[in-house]
Formats: sequence, structure tokens, C-alpha cells
Amino acid sequence: MNAGNVLGLSFILFSISAAAFITQKNLLITLMSLELGLNAANIAIVSFALTSNKSDPFIWIFLFFAVAAAEATIGLSILIMISKKFKTINPDKISNLKG
Amino acid sequence: MTHESYNLLNIIIAPALGFAIISVFSKLLKGRISGYIASAAVFLSFLFSVLAFLDLRSFGQPLNQKLFVWFSAGSFSADFSLAFDNLSAIMALVVTFVSFLIHIYSIGYMDHDKDFNRFFSYLNLFVAFMLVLVLAANPILMFVGWEGVGLCSYLLIGFWYENIENSIAGKKAFLANRVGDAFFITGLLLLISALSSKGDFSLDFTWLKENYQILSADKFAGLPILSVISLLLFLGATGKSAQFPLYVWLPDAMAGPTPVSALIHAATMVTAGVYMVSRLFFLFDAAPYALDIILYTASFTSLMAALIACLQTDIKKILAYSTISQIGYMFMGVGAGVYAGGFFHLTTHAFFKALLFLAAGSVIHALSGEQNIFKMGRLKDKIKITFILTLTGWLAICGLPPFSGFFSKDFIIETIWDSGHKGVWFFSVLTAGITAYYMTRLFRTAFLGKKRSDYHAHESPYIMLWPMSILAIFSVSLGFYRSSFLSFAGMNFEPRHMPALATHSPIIAGILGISFAFFLAESKFSNFIEKTFSSIINLVKNKFYVDEIYDYLVIKPLAFFSEKFIFSLLDRKIIDGILVEGLAKTAFFTGDFSRKIQTGKISSYAAIFTLAATIALMCIIFGANI
Repeated sequence: MNAGNVLGLSFILFSISAAAFITQKNLLITLMSLELGLNAANIAIVSFALTSNKSDPFIWIFLFFAVAAAEATIGLSILIMISKKFKTINPDKISNLKG
Repeated sequence: MTHESYNLLNIIIAPALGFAIISVFSKLLKGRISGYIASAAVFLSFLFSVLAFLDLRSFGQPLNQKLFVWFSAGSFSADFSLAFDNLSAIMALVVTFVSFLIHIYSIGYMDHDKDFNRFFSYLNLFVAFMLVLVLAANPILMFVGWEGVGLCSYLLIGFWYENIENSIAGKKAFLANRVGDAFFITGLLLLISALSSKGDFSLDFTWLKENYQILSADKFAGLPILSVISLLLFLGATGKSAQFPLYVWLPDAMAGPTPVSALIHAATMVTAGVYMVSRLFFLFDAAPYALDIILYTASFTSLMAALIACLQTDIKKILAYSTISQIGYMFMGVGAGVYAGGFFHLTTHAFFKALLFLAAGSVIHALSGEQNIFKMGRLKDKIKITFILTLTGWLAICGLPPFSGFFSKDFIIETIWDSGHKGVWFFSVLTAGITAYYMTRLFRTAFLGKKRSDYHAHESPYIMLWPMSILAIFSVSLGFYRSSFLSFAGMNFEPRHMPALATHSPIIAGILGISFAFFLAESKFSNFIEKTFSSIINLVKNKFYVDEIYDYLVIKPLAFFSEKFIFSLLDRKIIDGILVEGLAKTAFFTGDFSRKIQTGKISSYAAIFTLAATIALMCIIFGANI
């Protein structure tokens, strides 16, 4: 495993996630793209861990997994509340914040 | 100093305490009680002044008391210190004694007034401030009293404030005084700054008197600094003492209750300027031109005010112009180099003018508020005692021997002759004649002649009459103490040798004035004069249009400037329009503009968030390399 390839993978994943985050018309997919972005960051940390020969980045990665899991839970519950209130999960139709 | 001198603060504390008691317990004091308290406070103050006077006589040196350091800044410090020398002794005695009599009179005059308590609290406050002014040992503390009496004057002129005219008169007096005060304080500051450049200094009058020479070579803007300081101080005095060009407030000040006119605007406060100039006489004496300027200004004021008084119809206005004219005499005495002479006239004038004002008050009281002398006439049958008292005051001011006015005025006129200003001397004699004329006109029109309107006069109560009687006794007798008074006030009095013309002309002028007034009343000649000199008479009747000139030169431009520039442009447009409302508008428009950024679309938020995060990241990455 080449550390450079791993970092490249991370970049690709993060780009996909960012593009999806911006463009998707479905909040569920937006949330998924966020998870993807977080994991892309995790992969980047893995690549740095491989080059630095230290063990603490791996511990960080587990912490980020836990954070990502907790965040996903909160994100999903918010999403359920939104779908209950607005009867849609298309973000373009939820524009109460329009100034 | 081992001498345990008399505590001078008592003199000031008595009326101040009276003021405090009457104001605090104003609701509880019913009827005349506050009047009695106020009178007792002033009487105590008079007694304390007498005690201090006896102490001064036995000690033989001025009493100086430093109570505490009021404030200090660097090498400069102003003390709260009192001085009781010959000048302040005379002034304190005159002020407390005349004030006491006028307080008693006021109990009768202000009876049944709904603001009886307020009146006496102001009156006591006035006496307290006047005594601060008189007893102050340095000009800074004097200025405190100076401002204080100005405040009380304002409060008492506008005492019947429900009438807008009275409030306006009070305001005018306050503003004219403020102009004078600004000159006074400027003079003081200049003096302090000049002295501080010479090393350690003190502002005590005694120190100044001994050390003023250190400034005699200094210049300010090309002029001798002592002259500039003296001139500024004198301009300050013209405000308080109603001299040209700041005299305009005094006639209007007659809007106040008559005892106030007698106390503040005839006997005490308006003479504060003369007192101040006498106190600092050494400065004026040393300064080139200063005394001449005082002499000419006073002579001009005196003549002008006397001329105006000739054609006034309001009894109090006549007396007001007469006061201006007589204070002119006091300043002439100072300007001719003999401040003791001016001071003697100050004292006699305090008595006879207070008497005349109180008599005028008695007449006004008798006629239930009528002040026009042409609606009086033949009052001598109705109010005999007031008539006799007014007669005394009239003879005193006309300068007929043996009344006190003769001795003091005559002395000043002789002094002017002696000083070599023959032109000023001529005008001072002329003014004496005019004084006799207008006072006779007043006296004859109001008390003699025929009854001019349908009035019901009643004599004033005794509580008003006996203070007037005491004043009358002093108006008659004070002149006999001229030589001892003058030597006490600080000059050696010796009979002068002068031509008969110079010694007798004031009396002759007085008699001529009196006869002319009687002659004009009896003959058709007055009609002839009125027709021939109608333009001059109109000019005088309108008080030389001085008020109008001030209106056009000062008030109108000031009002225009305030209205158009300060109010409309600066306040409304710049401060309100641009600064205050502009700030609000900026916030509003910024909000209105930036709210459009909020599309409410989550994807656009996400896009912006990503973009911003990317930019932040770039900054961190490339920033770290820089």
C-alpha cells in the first residue's frame, strides 16, 4: 500500500462527497455525502499515519468513527423530523430561511 | 500670628443656615415665620460683622483666615480663605445692615404672597453669597460669590415667573451678567498664567498688592499685561455693576419684587463691581490707561443713564437708570484715582437708594401695583409718612447739603477736578444737575401736583415704614462722617483748595435741576421744548435705541446663526440627518441588501460553506508557507 495512492483515494472520495453535498436534491443523500467526506478525511489520516510511523493517528481514526456515528445519528433524527414537518426531503422546497 | 481673631465664617454661615432651614422646612413654615427666621439670620450676620469689626479695630491689622485649601493644581492653589480688612469691613457692615432692614420691610411687602417662603430663602442665599464675595481673600473665591449673587439676582428677578415678561427679564440679566463674568474669569486666568511664569505665587489680595510689580514690564499682544488684565476685570465689573456697555439688564431687572430691586439692584450686588475694582485698585493704578478708561466709561454711562431717566414714566425704571448713573459716579471716583471716594458714595448710595426704592415699593403697595408716575399725583396727602421718607431720599440724591448724597457726590466731583480731567468734571456736574432734574420730576409728579387718576391709596404697615425710617436717618446723617470714613477706607482726607467755581458748581447744578423741573411743570415751556426738540426727545425716550442696536448687532445675528447654521444645518442635517439617522439607515440598508444572500436553499448554503472552507484551507496551507 502506497501512502500516496491512499491519499489520492482520499482526495477522490472527498471530491465526490463535496460535489454530492452541493448538488444533491435529496437530504438523505446530502447526509450520506457528509459521511463520505468524513471518511475521506479518515483515509487521509491513514495515509499520513503510514508515512509517520506513529500509532496515535490510528487512535484518532477510531475517535472520528465514533464522532461520525454519533453525527449520523443526530443527522438522521433531524432528517426524520424535517420530513415529518415539511413532508419532503428536497432541500430546495424547504426555504423558510429565505430573507 | 498669635492673635485669636474672630471667626469670620460665622458671618457667612448665619444667612446660609437661614437659607437651608427655610428651604428644607418650606412646607412646615406657615405665615410670616420664614420672614422672621430670615431676618434673624441676617441680623445675626450683622452682629457677627460688628464683632469682627471691633476685633479689627482692637487688633489694628486685617484679619486673615485660611480655612482650607479649596483645590490645587501644580504650583497653583486656591484657598478657601477669608479676609476682613477695612474695605471688606465697610462692605460687610453695609450689606448686612441694609439687608436686614430690607428683610424686615419684605415681611410686610411680600405678606400673603403664595411664595413667601421661597422669597426669603432666595434672599438669605443672596446675602450669604454676597458675604462670600465681600469676605473672600482671593479673587477666585470672590468669583464664587460673584456668580452666586448673579444666580440669586436671576432667581429673584424672575420671582413671579408666571408672567413671561419677568422670566425674560431674569434671563436677560443672567446673560448680560454672564458676558461680564466671562471677562472677569478671562482676566483672572490671564493674571494666573502671567504670575505662574514668574515662579511661586499666591492669589491672596495682600500678596498681589505686594508683588504685582513683577508683572509691570510684561506684555500681552503688544500691550502692557497689567492693562489687559485690568481692562478685562473692569469689563467684568461693568456686567455686574450695570455700566456701559452691559448696563441693559438693570432696567429690565425691575420686573422683580421691589425689595429685591432695593437690595440687589441698588444697594448691594450692583456695587460689587466697584468693590472688586477697589479691592484690586493697585493693579488698576499701576496699569497704564486703565483708570482713564474707567473714568471715561463711567462718565459716559452716568450721563447717558441720567438722560434716559429724564423721560421714563415707570417709577422703578427711573430709579434703575438713576442707579446706573450713580454707580457711574462711584466708578468715576475710582477712575479719578481715589477709590475711597467711590466707596463712600457706594455706602451713602446704598442707604438713600435703598430708601428710595423701598419708598417706591411703598407707593406701589399703596396703589395696588401702579408704577406709572403719571397716574399718581398728590400722594402727599394720602401717604404722609412715605412722602416724608421719599423727600429725604430725594434731597439726598439731588446732592443738597446736609444730606449724605451731597457729601459723597461732591467729593467725587472735586476729586475729578483735582485729577485734572476738566472735561469729565464738566459732564459730572452736568449729570448732577440732570439727576436733580429727573428725581424732582419723579417726586413732583408722584407726590405733588394734582391727582392724575382715580386711585385709592393706603399707607403701608409699620413693618414697612420703620426700616425705611432707619434708612432715612442714615441717608441724612452719614455725610457727616465723611472724613473718618474716608480715612478708614484708606485715604488721607484733607480739605482741598479749589476755586469757588469747582466747589460750588455741583450744588448750583443741583438747585438748577430742581428749579428747572418745577418750572417745566408749571409753565407752557414744556410744550415748546417738546415740539422743538422732538427728535432728540424721541431718541432719549427710546433709550438711545441701545436695546435695538444690541438686538440687530448681537441677538438677531446670533439667532440667525443658531437657527440657520447650528440648528438647521449642524443639528438637523449633519448630526441628526447624517450621523444619527445615517447610522440607522446604514444598518437598515446593509440588512436589506444582505438579506438577499439568504436564499433559504440548503444547497446554496452548502455551496458557500464548501467554498469558504476551501478558501480557509488554502489560506492555512499557503499562509503557513509564507
